[in-house]
Amino acid sequence: MSIEQQLAGLAGGLPDGISEGVALGTRLADGFDLYPSPVGEVVVTFNVEGVSSVDLATEGYANRFSERHGRRLLRAEPPSAWGRHIPIALEAGTPGKLPVDLSSRTPFQAQILKIAASIPRGEVRPYGWLAKEANRPEAARAVGSTMARNPIPLIIPCHRVVRSDGHIGEYSLGGPGNKWELLTHEGVDPAHLVELAEHHVRVQGNTSTHVYCHPSCHRIRRSKPGNVVDFTSTHAARSSGFRPCQVCRPGG
Amino acid sequence: MMDDLTASLAADLDRAFPALVEQAGPGLYWGLRRLCGDHQEAEDLTQETFIRAYRAMGGFDGERFAELRLSPWLWTIALNLGRNHLRSRSRRPTFVEVGEHGVTDPEVPDSAAWDRRMAGLTKPQRTAVVLRHVVGMGVAEIAEATGRPQGTVKADIHRGLARLKQLMEQES
Repeated sequence: MSIEQQLAGLAGGLPDGISEGVALGTRLADGFDLYPSPVGEVVVTFNVEGVSSVDLATEGYANRFSERHGRRLLRAEPPSAWGRHIPIALEAGTPGKLPVDLSSRTPFQAQILKIAASIPRGEVRPYGWLAKEANRPEAARAVGSTMARNPIPLIIPCHRVVRSDGHIGEYSLGGPGNKWELLTHEGVDPAHLVELAEHHVRVQGNTSTHVYCHPSCHRIRRSKPGNVVDFTSTHAARSSGFRPCQVCRPGG
Repeated sequence: MMDDLTASLAADLDRAFPALVEQAGPGLYWGLRRLCGDHQEAEDLTQETFIRAYRAMGGFDGERFAELRLSPWLWTIALNLGRNHLRSRSRRPTFVEVGEHGVTDPEVPDSAAWDRRMAGLTKPQRTAVVLRHVVGMGVAEIAEATGRPQGTVKADIHRGLARLKQLMEQES
């Protein structure tokens, strides 16, 4: 056999994994892996930008992803630079050091989701609060639909966003039962929040400091029960000589 | 005159791109494998070449596609990447076969012997011989990919093959 023929025989087929690697690198596909979470096994998808979605690992998740995002899904290991932060973020309910890919959202939606990500574990905020934080106080409804379509639930903790009247509200990841479950898991008493909502309590004040807070703010929860007074509006709290908490910023 | 694949890429890049990887991928990988002598590096360079190509093509208009010669253009990218050893592996998700661990290293007969022989060639000779005879490109395409005159490419192929024969005779 001539040397030219031998050289021609040195080429074979495409090794496994290269076309998949290209699909991930060009963002024609996202990678995915399965993780445990407080509401059962979830599918976390990712690309070079960061985590792109979280969904329950129920039948048809790959099709649901393709319909929503227009890309394929391939089983993959997340980038080594931040992959280890995925289980941490799922448990903590905040992105922390994990990059998130919100490029499928409008700039306003991405801003709202980032504000939602700042809500501390174990606390909740009403839709109207996020709208005010974004300097768009009239946009509470847009905040609601942004939360309903949050592509990265659990890690961007939309379960900490509640109705403006204080009721727990809907939840996109498997329904309101999961929202209740998640809040309980992180130390919130949802039944207590509903009770306050039914009594039209929007904020609570501390009679010793004269500061008023969202009812789940850690500052008011640490107050002596005898020092806590209920208000049906921020206006009522202000009229009684209270000022807003600088941590939970209840407004008014 | 565009070939079918170039025309498909111009019409719908996202839809046609996997076909480009299927068609040009084996030549790129096995050419790079003989040039750098390492499976992992050849795989990285092949992937990175296609990723760069995809990004570049996103900015092409019809005219640019019309004058595009796929194989020399891809090899221009691959050879530049190989020179710079650009790595961005830690930022990229890595594909793994479900239920499999570790990378598979596909082999051809006498792979290690060929790596040894190839190391005995100058870099231009090695590049010219591999592109001509492993990948199967024409002299004009190699000249375009490497930015060297066709006469020089022909001489490199000739001298490279002569050197390989000499090395193989020494082995036996």
